[in-house]
Amino acid sequence: MSNQAVGSSSGGSGDGDAPRRNSRKPKYSKFTQQELPACKPILTPKWVISVFLLVGIIFVPIGLVSLMASRKVVEIVDRYDDACVPDNMTDKLAYIQNSTIPKTCTRTLKVPKDMKSPIFVYYQLDNFYQNHRRYVKSRSDTQLRDANKANDTSTCDPEGMINGTAIVPCGLIAWSIFNDTYAFVHNSKNLTVDKKDISWKSDREHKFGSDVFPKNFQKGALIGGKALDPTIPLSQQEDLIVWMRTAALPTFRKLYGRILVDLKQNDTVTVTLENNYNTYSFGGKKKLVLSTSTWLGGKNDFLGLAYLTVGGLCFFLAFAFTLLYLIKPRKLGDSNYLSWNRSPAGR
Amino acid sequence: MRPERQSPPPREATTGELEAMDVPVKLPDPVPSPISRQSPSVGLSMSRSLRSVGDAPSITFAADIRSGTRAESNASSSFESFRRAGSRPGAVARLPSRRSASERAGSQRDLRDEDARFVYINDAARTNAPPAKFPDNAVRTTKYSILTFIPRNLYEQFHRVAYVYFLILAALNQVPQLGVFSPVASVLPLAFVLGVTAVKDAYEDWRRHRSDENENNRTASVFVNGVFQPKRWKEIQVGELVRVVANETLPCDMVLVATSDPTGVAYVQTINLDGESNLKTRYAKKETMSTPTEALAGLKNTAWAIGVAVYTGRDTKVMLNSSGAPSKRSRLETHMNRETIVLAVVLVLLCSLVSLLAGIWLHNHDDELGVIPFFRKKDFSDPNKVENYNWYGTGAQVVFTFMMAVIQFQVMIPIALFISMELVRVGQAYFMVQDKHLFDDKRQAKFQCRALNINEDLGQIKYVFSDKTGTLTENRMEFRCASVHGGDFSETDGGEEDGHAVTADGVVLRPKTAVKTDPKLMALLKDGTGAKADAAREFFLTLVTCNTIVPIIADDEADPAAKLVEYQGESPDEQALVYAAAAYGYTLVERTSGHTIVDVFGNRQRFDVLGLHDFDSDRKRMSVIIGCPDKTVKLFVKGADNSMLGIIDKTMNTDVVHATEKHLHSYSSLGLRTLVIGTRELSQAEFEEWQMAYDKASTALLGRGGLLRGVAADIERNLRFLGASGIEDKLQDGVPEAIEKLRQSGIKVWVLTGDKQETAISIGYSCKLLTREMTQIVINSNSMESCRKGIDDAIAVVNKLRSLSTDSPRVPLALIIDGNSLVYIFDTDQEDKFFPTSSAISLFTKFFINMKTSIFPGANDVSMIQMADVGIGISGQEGRQAVMASDFAMGQFRFLVPLLLVHGHWNYQRMGYMILYNFYRNATFVFVLFWYVLYTGFTLTTAITEWSSVLYSVIYTAVPTIIVAILDKDLGRRTLLKYPQLYGAGQREESYNLRLFIFIMTDSIWQSLTIFFIPYLAYRKSTIDGASLGDLWTLSVVILVNIHLAMDVIRWNWITHTAIWGSIIATLICVMIIDSIPILPGFWAIYKVMGTRLFWALLLAVIVVGMIPHFAAKAIREHFIPNDIQIAREMENSRDSGDALI
Repeated sequence: MSNQAVGSSSGGSGDGDAPRRNSRKPKYSKFTQQELPACKPILTPKWVISVFLLVGIIFVPIGLVSLMASRKVVEIVDRYDDACVPDNMTDKLAYIQNSTIPKTCTRTLKVPKDMKSPIFVYYQLDNFYQNHRRYVKSRSDTQLRDANKANDTSTCDPEGMINGTAIVPCGLIAWSIFNDTYAFVHNSKNLTVDKKDISWKSDREHKFGSDVFPKNFQKGALIGGKALDPTIPLSQQEDLIVWMRTAALPTFRKLYGRILVDLKQNDTVTVTLENNYNTYSFGGKKKLVLSTSTWLGGKNDFLGLAYLTVGGLCFFLAFAFTLLYLIKPRKLGDSNYLSWNRSPAGR
Repeated sequence: MRPERQSPPPREATTGELEAMDVPVKLPDPVPSPISRQSPSVGLSMSRSLRSVGDAPSITFAADIRSGTRAESNASSSFESFRRAGSRPGAVARLPSRRSASERAGSQRDLRDEDARFVYINDAARTNAPPAKFPDNAVRTTKYSILTFIPRNLYEQFHRVAYVYFLILAALNQVPQLGVFSPVASVLPLAFVLGVTAVKDAYEDWRRHRSDENENNRTASVFVNGVFQPKRWKEIQVGELVRVVANETLPCDMVLVATSDPTGVAYVQTINLDGESNLKTRYAKKETMSTPTEALAGLKNTAWAIGVAVYTGRDTKVMLNSSGAPSKRSRLETHMNRETIVLAVVLVLLCSLVSLLAGIWLHNHDDELGVIPFFRKKDFSDPNKVENYNWYGTGAQVVFTFMMAVIQFQVMIPIALFISMELVRVGQAYFMVQDKHLFDDKRQAKFQCRALNINEDLGQIKYVFSDKTGTLTENRMEFRCASVHGGDFSETDGGEEDGHAVTADGVVLRPKTAVKTDPKLMALLKDGTGAKADAAREFFLTLVTCNTIVPIIADDEADPAAKLVEYQGESPDEQALVYAAAAYGYTLVERTSGHTIVDVFGNRQRFDVLGLHDFDSDRKRMSVIIGCPDKTVKLFVKGADNSMLGIIDKTMNTDVVHATEKHLHSYSSLGLRTLVIGTRELSQAEFEEWQMAYDKASTALLGRGGLLRGVAADIERNLRFLGASGIEDKLQDGVPEAIEKLRQSGIKVWVLTGDKQETAISIGYSCKLLTREMTQIVINSNSMESCRKGIDDAIAVVNKLRSLSTDSPRVPLALIIDGNSLVYIFDTDQEDKFFPTSSAISLFTKFFINMKTSIFPGANDVSMIQMADVGIGISGQEGRQAVMASDFAMGQFRFLVPLLLVHGHWNYQRMGYMILYNFYRNATFVFVLFWYVLYTGFTLTTAITEWSSVLYSVIYTAVPTIIVAILDKDLGRRTLLKYPQLYGAGQREESYNLRLFIFIMTDSIWQSLTIFFIPYLAYRKSTIDGASLGDLWTLSVVILVNIHLAMDVIRWNWITHTAIWGSIIATLICVMIIDSIPILPGFWAIYKVMGTRLFWALLLAVIVVGMIPHFAAKAIREHFIPNDIQIAREMENSRDSGDALI
């Protein structure tokens, strides 16, 4: 490298002659002399304390508001995977894999507080690695979008083809679609679950084709989950769309639908569910979640607590630094602090 | 020889020391010896060497030759080694067929047969007949051709281990089982880096190609079919006769055959080879001279020279010389490698951990893997046969995981760092070159940055070893004092500046440089009688004849009636002496190889030069044998005082000798360079005896140099002492101040000089290298014993001084040591048994061995410049050889101060921070990826899209660090120059060390934890999808590392602002673009997630929590344990605000 640079950077000195004399001197500019106007902030005690105070002042209120918001959320979580297995069945795997055993199960939920509509219905899976490398790769986004690319299943193995024809939608993700269903009864009245618009609009419009229909789906030897109505285009299969937004973390919720009715404290809601989905094979858990929502989303005290902690810490640091600055003051820019002035060296 | 076609039964001349010739050429027409310069308008001839040298303008007389270095100039008589060709017309020269490195370095050696090259003069066909394979004269300095560019350039680039590493990873990634990234994404960063470099290389090569074309298509006059015809340079072949006229550049290396001067002298300028602009003398081979002069009589009026092409094309000296300096590695980079290894170890640990955990996970879930939805080991698509899909057993899976982890986490070793460092160095070099404080107005010399990989070493210099002559001094000699026959004549203050014009042929000749004269000496010369006056006259006669100066006559711009005489020669001392002689009335008017014409007080006299013994470093003197107009033959000698005092006539008046010695001593104490002048009259017998010995020696085939030295030593004895001269070599402007600053900055300065010790010490004082407070330790030893004793004494003295000085552990010391002692010290150093006092070793090894990061400015000592960690050439009078070997070149010694204290400080601080930051930035990213892997069943999924992973270190975060590393300044120029001690920061490695590395890596881990876990905890058990969380992480990392950088930026100007905030915006835009592609799984995620308040709340939390430790640590460090730089910054700020108030 350096050798090559030689040719280009050597200017030559020689005895310059008249015509080139003026041109050789570097032109002066603030840029070339590295003298551009610049701001040189220094962390003075005033700055340090103000920054900590400012962060504290911003964070504590946000923390309080978030915490309040989180506390306002009413959430009912009901784990039913174990409970829904009949007591006489010890082999849960055999139970779930045996399609002849009826899977219907009834759960009763008590509403702890008033819940304002809309109430979101989620299913929560624990220990389900939707982010597993083998799993996330096993999909074909081109096939989902374009009817002409139905055979684009190379990335879908081992759920790409069946008997030599392409599966639509292919891949492990689609194959393993969740298939428990919930029906809610409240005050002996059926609660309708609104399953419209549970998926992203962008997905419905651009990612899943309105002319792509399920084909050969769940026809293999191993059934992974829900079967799709082959007459409904993928863009309207909202459960599929929701499912295919793979979760980031191994414990996740997916939106099942919305209940557009307010529930009162101590109301009971009876859930009739079809316990079809096999999480028993890997020790996963299934939970049904009913939750209201606030501006900050669902129930999560963490954010509020985190903000309060950080805000508090900053107040403490502001205080601590004030104290330190008072105990050990130092005049800024005092040349006596320069090392060679501190220990006068007789050079 | 009559070159026509009688084809000669060629004879071989075996040449002992025939060296490659440098022959020279162009010259002023030497026939009437003082040649007039044709015109002041200068034809700039650029020679071939140009492409490697840069544009070196040569003046009119310049014959830029492709051959001929100074070292070989001593050997100009080598032509005589050709045997007489006798009556046979053809001649063959046997020359080294290939030049070895040692020859290039200028040393001569006897040729082995297989190295010999046979050249049939004017018979190119025969010369080039097999088996001889001589290249044609086309020059190719390009590295590549269109066909070879891609393979060759890649081959060269992959010399870097880092690139091989990335290449292997990219290749591994193509294995289906290991495919972490898509094939395109995996090669993109490497391709980008290689591409940028390749474009740069291609451009440089194209420029070289263009200049080659220009060179190759120039024409020269070549003897073809009995006439000289123009022929293109590239077609010239070995063996052809080439004619060169004045001011032309030589097309190839030639042996001089004839010149327009009847004595066969040619004067050449070697500016393109070594940058020396003075003229050098070359002689045509004697036996070839007569014929061509006749044959080509018509050309007599012009200055011309004919040579036979001997080395062409890539064999020429210029091409061989242009191989360039060895590339050096900066100290910072060496240290960086240490940390790179640490990171590699961390990388392997991370990968091992992941694969171990993956193995455990697989083992625990072994029985479930077949059917669990997210693994599904079994493939049921063929109902008849259930196979395993993409499964090779747990063991293989662990290995795959390990390799995938390496691919995934590869940026732990920052690929972008290498290209960033290169870009930053280019930027820093640009600012150094542009700095007006490094521009030499007087010589119009720009600072040159010739090595691009050691900029930051300039900030860590601990030792400066400086040559004296030409580096500290101007190398412009001035004659100041004369001691003649025991009388001191140094009172030049009263004298007028007298150029002493003389009239010759009706033209007034005026020496170009006027010298002040001592009126007493002047009077003595003019009217004096007696021994003293005679000695004075002979003294000046010696000065004017005993040299190799060539007078050149040019128009005087001030006075059209007069002409200027300019004395050109290889030695500035000789020039000074001849100018002085002219001022005292002895004007050299003409010199040829056989005689000189001197105007003595208006009276022209011719002196025949009968013999000349060149200066050599053994004898340390030079002598000429002159036939004077009065028919006497005299030997004139000048030389170093110690070499001369031994050969004076012992019977001489001792008073004179003592007086002269006293004068010599006092001259030295003034810092003058001294020469002693002596003479002897030779009797006819002595002369003849000498002549025989001389002829014999000069035609010897083997060991000619030694024989000639012997002849010289025989004749140079029993001299009559004439006197001594004192020449001042003025210090350059600002040298004392510069040295003082360097000393204050903690740099140990060593000056190496060939002067006498008194001279050296006095110069030491005058350039403030030595001060009165310093305790001087002088070691002059002639034996190992005394040397050891000297060292022991020195240590004792130092210890005593240390114990005495209460206030500080530092004792100002100076060590003055002579060459012999150094040799002993190094000898003993190698053999420890001779050295019982181990402390002595440490003392001196500290001085000499521990040259790590030393700097060597020097004007002419090429090997030292190359040896030094940083070699700095002074592009001064002595020429460009040093410059070409140097890493940096500048016009004045004093520029060392801004170069080191300002630019060096900045470069080091910037580069150190940039390296640390790059490590930190990539590690942060890798750790974020790593934490996520722990939540994916250890399968190396990333939430961050692969494109963001790839672009992260190339685009998202690369620009700000480069900009900051080029533009940020921790302190202003004024402050750095005012407090040279601030330079200590670099010497103590304050900007880059293991402590800082650990510190910033800890920060990196903390920040990656906040980036990962704050969103993780907030989004646990939520509907968050991988793409959205990945986008949040991407933005968090990028913003956090950019804010980290922002917090460390010291000076904010608009460029810095643009780069840092622009990067964040660019990242956002990139993420948005990636998320706008419908066929990617993460489609639209960023828009969706940015619509939630939680996203913004988390982003803010991540940034604040991530930065708190860094901010707090910075606040504590800067206020409670401030370093010098911090204090100086505060002083600078308060001064600025003070200025603002005023």
